[in-house]
Amino acid sequence: MHDILAFFSFSDPTVRIVSLGTVFLAMSASVVGTFAFLRKRALVGDAIAHAILPGIAIAFMLSGTKNPLVLMLGALVSGWLATWAMEYITEKTKLSSDTAVALVLSVFFGIGIMLLTHIQHSGSGNQSGLDQYLFGKAAGMTSQDLWTYSAVAVLLLLVVLGLYKELKVYTFNPDFAAASGLPVKSIRRVLNLVTVLAIAIGIQSVGVVLMAALLITPAAAARAWTSSLKVMLFLAALVGGISGLSGSLISYLSPAMPTGPWIVMTLSIITLLSLFFAPKRGALSRLLKQRRHSQKIVNENLLKVFYKLSIEKEGEQLELSQSELQAERAINKADFSAAIKRLKRKNWLLAEGEKLKLSSIGVVEAKRVVRLHRLWEMYLSQRLNLKEDHIHPNAESMEHIISPELEALLVKELDFPTQDPHNSPIPYTN
Amino acid sequence: MTCALLGSFLLLRKMAMLGDAISHAVLPGIVLAFMISGSRDNIIILIGASLAGLLVTLLIELLHKKVHLQEDASIGISFTWLFAIGVILISAYTEQVDLDQDCVLYGEIAYIPFDLLYFSKGELYFPRATLISGSLFLVSLLFLVFAYKGLKITSFNSDYAKSLGISTLAWHLVFMSMVSITTVLSFEIVGAILIVALLVVPPATAYLLTKRLKQMLLLAVLFAFLSALGGYYLAVMLNASIAGAMVTVAGIFFLLALIFTRLQRRLLKVDAFLDK
Amino acid sequence: MENETALEVHNLTASYQRKPVLWEIDFKVPSGRLIGILGPNGSGKTTLLRNIMNLMEADSGYVKIFGKDLDEVRSRLSYVPQRESVDWNFPASVREVVEMGRYRPSNLLRRLKSSDKQKVNAALEKVGMLAYADRQISELSGGQQQRVFIARSLAQEADIYLMDEPFVGVDAATEEAILALLSSLRDEGKTVLIVHHDLQSAYQYFDWMILLNTRLVAAGPKEEVFNSARLKEAYGGKLNLLSKLGEIVAREQFPLREPDFKEKEGEGDA
Repeated sequence: MHDILAFFSFSDPTVRIVSLGTVFLAMSASVVGTFAFLRKRALVGDAIAHAILPGIAIAFMLSGTKNPLVLMLGALVSGWLATWAMEYITEKTKLSSDTAVALVLSVFFGIGIMLLTHIQHSGSGNQSGLDQYLFGKAAGMTSQDLWTYSAVAVLLLLVVLGLYKELKVYTFNPDFAAASGLPVKSIRRVLNLVTVLAIAIGIQSVGVVLMAALLITPAAAARAWTSSLKVMLFLAALVGGISGLSGSLISYLSPAMPTGPWIVMTLSIITLLSLFFAPKRGALSRLLKQRRHSQKIVNENLLKVFYKLSIEKEGEQLELSQSELQAERAINKADFSAAIKRLKRKNWLLAEGEKLKLSSIGVVEAKRVVRLHRLWEMYLSQRLNLKEDHIHPNAESMEHIISPELEALLVKELDFPTQDPHNSPIPYTN
Repeated sequence: MTCALLGSFLLLRKMAMLGDAISHAVLPGIVLAFMISGSRDNIIILIGASLAGLLVTLLIELLHKKVHLQEDASIGISFTWLFAIGVILISAYTEQVDLDQDCVLYGEIAYIPFDLLYFSKGELYFPRATLISGSLFLVSLLFLVFAYKGLKITSFNSDYAKSLGISTLAWHLVFMSMVSITTVLSFEIVGAILIVALLVVPPATAYLLTKRLKQMLLLAVLFAFLSALGGYYLAVMLNASIAGAMVTVAGIFFLLALIFTRLQRRLLKVDAFLDK
Repeated sequence: MENETALEVHNLTASYQRKPVLWEIDFKVPSGRLIGILGPNGSGKTTLLRNIMNLMEADSGYVKIFGKDLDEVRSRLSYVPQRESVDWNFPASVREVVEMGRYRPSNLLRRLKSSDKQKVNAALEKVGMLAYADRQISELSGGQQQRVFIARSLAQEADIYLMDEPFVGVDAATEEAILALLSSLRDEGKTVLIVHHDLQSAYQYFDWMILLNTRLVAAGPKEEVFNSARLKEAYGGKLNLLSKLGEIVAREQFPLREPDFKEKEGEGDA
């Protein structure tokens, strides 16, 4: 606990540097990565991340220094080359895009590994550890590094902000963008450049192999919560930033733990939770919705039974026992009792001793469902030219979801019908 | 070479990136298997890796089908998460674990710990690794002989195959199992990176150069073989990673094929032009 | 057998990405006819074929072929998918593709018999591609590719042929040749269902027509179906209410049949 507080006080300069640096890197990657996610190019990011390695190796070999700017330049060049190669192979040969991506990824990376091990074994003294670039060594960040990376990160964010409108159109509707005269090729180049840059600096914190996660995972999490691009970018940055911070924290608390993988770990957990629990788009909310639907269906079917047995047949309200109801329509016992309870709670059903009876609002509701069923049957018969003996099943389902607005349209369209195709009367409530 | 054979079909089925995903995702499986069993026995590792491979496939399916996440993101998130877990596990238990991150990631063929190739007075002791990959190759070859027609039709036109009553799902599972087994067994021998490269690059090179399936498979195996050979010598020359060098050579072959096909096309155009 | 029902589609509702693209499609088709399935883009024509072939799950309804389920009579059906659904860069020869028509789950692990090979040759001959048998498919023109697909289908020796837009992107000579071929199939008593893209030629080509626009507009002999009223219905835009309802179904992910519902012939009312 004490350590955690110490961390957050940011009094330790290393802590400041590492956490700030990681957060910046993560945020810029998340923002840029959102576009890759939306264009369904997640794995291209993975390929670029791997393809950066040879660039770094060559830059080191040529310059003999570990100056981050120089190395980043090398990374940029080889990342750029990789992007170009992937596009070239996909467009100019019969190879498909996924093959191109896998190919560029592995070949560039292999070359990179070869060069790096060559450097290592040639013992020129100043060489960087392989680990650093493969898995990221955020803890080894110096303040000079921080300045460089932050500057680049800020630059990236500015570019995205500046070109927001164009990027938005390009991402969601590339054909329209081209048709309306936007310089699509340039936009694509800028996006590629920005992506390569974000990856080049992001690798410092999580390393080559996990970089793809930093690009894509925050975007996936954000997507679960919203469909607005602005909000998505913001949320992605937020998720990325939080993960970056947690990674640094965990690494601080337990020095044996590498920052990179823990950033990805936090990221993945946040994302998986988002995917399941986010309202509307999350898996959980979908399941809940389905449950609500099934309940509604049983409720309304029961109401219909009441209506048919009592009012329609006898012309008046009857009290019915559970067994009479079950005889009319086969619903399993558990659903049945649960539904009765629900209907009582809504005051659509009243208990009269052992038997049950529709309340007056219950009658209205029952009429509504029956009306929708019969109206829809009219529609099916008139507009879809279906025969009388083929319309019931669909109407059985649709009666539960036709909204009031649709009902109004339906009635108007069919010109206020009074009977359905089976010559049953359509009950309106006056 | 086994990778080249199976990889050709991966290419034709447009599933190249799955190879990448699986090879990264098996890391935690291997690490856990090692940790739990305390031994480096191949079978335990194999089981661990296979379980991890299964896990990542299930995770991808879950994300894609149940949560309706787009396919590329499902793959990307799944394998990076599992890989991160793997690295964390290694770091957490570095004292107990003798596994070197580097070794696992890109595999140092020359440093295979439990066997060395040694010649002794004209006798050859085959290292265990060679036996494994050799038998794997034979098994794959056999598999291909039997599965040839099935793989062909399900790769070319899966809807049509289904219409004939052929279970495309079964074929998919069988094929992916073969790929997974190959990946897992090759893992400690050649490492994650080389596997993906071998699965994709020689077949891609072959694909550029021929339009016949049998030729493509043959060429893929040939290029794989040459890349392995050339890579070894390159590595010795540069004193660098053998796996990396092999990939580099494979890449060079690809580049040459690429240039060759482009030139071919240009020449054809010139020919046609001259004919006029 | 004249006028036996070759195909029955009953209350078929099918969705694409949770939104219904076919609503309660219901019709019967007699054997020995050349039938055109027509409708605007997105009207569900391909979906209908795919449902008949059980390549996708329907939300409701069923399909019967010669009165039986698909799995029982599969060998009597042949499906020709859209030409563009396949990557023609695949390394295969013309012959290899047509041979696929003789593949069955039972013979996949074995070599083809000589009787199979003869049938392949016969099929190639019928479409005029025998001379090209060893050509690679990536070298073929659109019309030639379509012929190959048809030859593959013929090699199956089926009784019902389902074809998805076989005349798209095909030269005039090939179109004529294919049409002649299909007509002779019909004369032999086979049933041929074709998703067709071109209204102009439809009346001339087909005996029977099925007009689709997300719902069935009409199904029957061409004289009955091909009139301006029906065509207006088919091509005059989607039904507004139906689309709206479809959107609600998609958004709420509503089930199109209640779980305890059983499909049966002849229904009661509400």
